[in-house]
Amino acid sequence: MDLFDVVATIVKVALVVGILISTVPVLTWVERRGSAFIQLRLGPNRVGPLGLLQPLADGIKFLFKEDVIPPHVYKLFYVAAPAVSFIAAVLAFAVIPFGSAFVVDGRTVPLVILDVDVGVLFLLAASGMGVFGIILAGWSSNNKYSMLGGLRSSAQMISYELSLGLAIVSVLIYAGTLRPVEIVQQQIGGTWNVFPLFIGFLILLVSAFAETNRLPFDLPEAETELVAGYHTEYSSMKFSMFFMAEYINMITGSALVTTLFLGGYALPFQRLVFEGWLGLEGNLLAVLELLSFTAKVGFFLWLFVWVRWTLPRFRFDQLMRLGWKVLIPLALVHVVWASLLVMWGVPA
Amino acid sequence: MSEMLQSGPRVERDGDRVVINMGPSHPSTHGVLRLVLEVDGEVVRSCRPEIGYLHRGFEKIAENKTWQQFVTWTDRMDYLAPLSNNVAYIMAVEKLLDLEVPPRCRYLRVICCELARISAHLLWLGTSALDIGAATVFFYTFQQREILYDLYEKLTGARLTTSFVRIGGMARDIPEGWLEEVGRFIDQVIPVIDEVEALLTRNRIWLDRTQNVGVLSREDAIALGVSGPVLRASGVEWDLRKAQPYLGYDEFDFEIPYGSVGDVYDRYLVRIYEMRESAKIVRQALERIPDGPMNADAPKIVLPPKEKVLTSMEDLIHHFIILTEGIHPPKGEVYHAIEGAKGELGFYVVSDGGPSAWRCRIRPAAFINLAAIERMAIGQMIPDIVAIIGSLDPVMGEVDR
Repeated sequence: MDLFDVVATIVKVALVVGILISTVPVLTWVERRGSAFIQLRLGPNRVGPLGLLQPLADGIKFLFKEDVIPPHVYKLFYVAAPAVSFIAAVLAFAVIPFGSAFVVDGRTVPLVILDVDVGVLFLLAASGMGVFGIILAGWSSNNKYSMLGGLRSSAQMISYELSLGLAIVSVLIYAGTLRPVEIVQQQIGGTWNVFPLFIGFLILLVSAFAETNRLPFDLPEAETELVAGYHTEYSSMKFSMFFMAEYINMITGSALVTTLFLGGYALPFQRLVFEGWLGLEGNLLAVLELLSFTAKVGFFLWLFVWVRWTLPRFRFDQLMRLGWKVLIPLALVHVVWASLLVMWGVPA
Repeated sequence: MSEMLQSGPRVERDGDRVVINMGPSHPSTHGVLRLVLEVDGEVVRSCRPEIGYLHRGFEKIAENKTWQQFVTWTDRMDYLAPLSNNVAYIMAVEKLLDLEVPPRCRYLRVICCELARISAHLLWLGTSALDIGAATVFFYTFQQREILYDLYEKLTGARLTTSFVRIGGMARDIPEGWLEEVGRFIDQVIPVIDEVEALLTRNRIWLDRTQNVGVLSREDAIALGVSGPVLRASGVEWDLRKAQPYLGYDEFDFEIPYGSVGDVYDRYLVRIYEMRESAKIVRQALERIPDGPMNADAPKIVLPPKEKVLTSMEDLIHHFIILTEGIHPPKGEVYHAIEGAKGELGFYVVSDGGPSAWRCRIRPAAFINLAAIERMAIGQMIPDIVAIIGSLDPVMGEVDR
């Protein structure tokens, strides 16, 4: 590894983290305008054109609000919890490939921060960390509502991690690799995994909703039941960290679904149309791939918003029933299905 | 206090149970209801409602205000359906006076009561859906309520504190074009209810959250004295509009929906159907409302028109007496109840012949319905409590008075 690689990696990390963090305000804007659109309202439309600067105003407000630490909390964990949540959310994105490669100065720069053999495992580990932030927040807040929120989220996220993991396992069996980059390359070569593994796609999508604590699975922070759940006692920037973590988790979840099932950064009919007929290659193709990745992730992000403002919320035991009695058995059957496909030599 | 400041987990424990204080300022307790829940995990083992945070002593106030003045207080009871409260109280006073109102007034009162029912049920639909997590329904129904408020404002001059009903009539005649506007509102509120039903009625999550939750058996419902949609959802076909028709409800063609299980879902369905039936009643009333005088011909009770006060000696005297002294109903006591949006809303007034009530006792539907929460809550989970509160539809203004 020479200086070029180091610089390239630093630039990539800075860009990805920067884009992730700055996507959150855009997402909150989309969420608010989107919910307003669904609910026959206007949404924020005063600050900046179309209210686009509203998230900025909110950010400034968060920064300048008094940082209250209630006297009855466990200080260390109370302060650490939002950071854990946030870091875990950002970390998971490291292994997601968002394009093939740029060619800079005759050298290729792969468009993924961390291209490791155990990429998918790393992703699961990192996103699994996120639950600690919520449990710690709920427990250290020393508030009964927070406690219930933390309890719910730990049970929920651990249960749904299983079905999430099993859905991913079926992809891994099908692809025969743990490297996200390779999984995407295979999909560019063959068909997108969503077609042979459709059930797995649905399971992963549902589990992603549960993992991000979004409605209909937003029990840890169910406002009408638990006031604000695990972050009841949080304010200013600490609250905003949880808030950002939720949105970054949404982005990561969408990116995960895209990478594993929808061909990642692949363009539709990439081999046939873009590389074959149009003969694209190099940087131009990479830019198109980036756009394709963004569009796919954007679609799922909108789906998150859309579902949130349409459906009611599950009850805790129903959530568990769905997780343990429906999704996990289904995912197990699906793993068998993926194995059968491999046995029949479908992945080629 | 020093114990509070200590860092460390501190929960009040009673064996394995934790006491949770839900309210009086909690997002889903609809006002200042406070529930003391004893929970085992999330399963509720005991539930004690604490009320009184909004107590304003209406019944006592009634003894110090003239008969007419007390109408303004009734607005603030069930503030989601102020017009039907006005009607309920005034009808009790009119019963005391043995006074008949002209048909035009009767029909307008029916329209007002049914619009109030639609308004209250729309609010219930929005908030109870919001409690179960469906936030969007809230905005759909509130947009309709906004139109309804505009209609109220055109008729009465106020959106919420209507105080429109007078002893022996109404404050004013119907403004021009108002009835047509009501017709247009009714035509467009039904599609909105359809849309909300499309979102909820057969939604799997909604069914899971509401079916067999907070079941109140037919026997319990009767024993606890609940009324209105809560009673009917438990399978009792009892609606004062049919059972003891007032305001000529027996002339209208409408049906009383009633449930079979008595769970949250049944209460939801009953209220949805009630809105549709109310719309039917309003349509019929709009068709049939006759011309003619709005107020009863009772010069010692009903205020004369202003121009007559300025021109005729006798009317000037009546005007002066009614406004300074009030009216003097005969000695006696009456109870009159109407089927309000929440259930049986009754006024028991005692007169000693003076200008104000000697005693006024209100039978609030929401208060008695709320008492049933204890029976429904035991063994349910915390999210169910939220759904149950929503389905009981308590209005703390009426509960506490």
